[in-house]
Amino acid sequence: MKAKIIVTPKKAVLDPQGKTVQNALEQMGYKGIGAVHVGKYLEIELPGADAEAWRKQVDDACHKILSNPVIEDYRFVIE
Amino acid sequence: MNFAILQFPASNCDQDALHVVQNVLGQSGRFVWHKENSLAGMNAVIIPGGFSYGDYLRTGAIARFSPIMQAVREFAAQGGPVLGICNGFQILCEAGLLPGALIRNRSLQFRCEHVFLKTATHQSPFTNKIPAGKILRLPIAHGEGCYFADDATLDQLEKDDRILWQYADANGQLTESGNPNGSLRNIAGLCNEARNVAGLMPHPERASENVLGSADGRLIFESWINWLESRMTQAA
Repeated sequence: MKAKIIVTPKKAVLDPQGKTVQNALEQMGYKGIGAVHVGKYLEIELPGADAEAWRKQVDDACHKILSNPVIEDYRFVIE
Repeated sequence: MNFAILQFPASNCDQDALHVVQNVLGQSGRFVWHKENSLAGMNAVIIPGGFSYGDYLRTGAIARFSPIMQAVREFAAQGGPVLGICNGFQILCEAGLLPGALIRNRSLQFRCEHVFLKTATHQSPFTNKIPAGKILRLPIAHGEGCYFADDATLDQLEKDDRILWQYADANGQLTESGNPNGSLRNIAGLCNEARNVAGLMPHPERASENVLGSADGRLIFESWINWLESRMTQAA
């Protein structure tokens, strides 16, 4: 079982990396694309099969260290 | 005065900070390894620059959980002065001891150059001896120095007079061209509500002797020593 976590910059935060990737894509000919946001993907291996039992701890870890709530949002699944 | 200079794995401005404390300012100081858990006998704490824990996850994100940071929290809660420089500023923000966060420079470039700073307030341990109107010239060296906080936090910082330094041009004007990283409201350094914990991205410890091209950083350390001495006199 794994927790699969996605961390993205908050919409209100400047995302120069996403903007630069967007510009590069447009220059390569991918016309008409919208805003690009660059985030992080984390996988945490979890023992057992009880996803519900881990949910609170994973959420806690995301809030405390895996993301910075000032600048980032996160979401995750356990499967 | 006795200065603690914290050392994390991959701190790299620690030697410079101790050099300034001992050889330039004539104070005492020692390195404090991040696994230590006491700041007993210390009057002041410097969290120096570097790339603690390789900047993994986010700058300063791992260092904030080091054992010494609990001692820093207690030291700060008792009014002890703490200055975070560059990575030290990032660590203090991650630790929640200062508001906001430092994100990737707007240019995406690592910027390594001298910048001009306007001192926005003299009401702090770190700015009280900087002459009025003096524009500081200090070096920066960072890739993640763009200060971000939400509008409500920024308004509160202004209202509370907690912005200590702002990026400016040589005349002290807060221009966009004088802002090397895109920091909101040109913020280069700020302090907490109690005014004893502060952080800044520029490096005063790299500019405290004329031989290094600028000695303006010394004004920040001299302000700090002045504040410490007056606090001791009051306590006596």
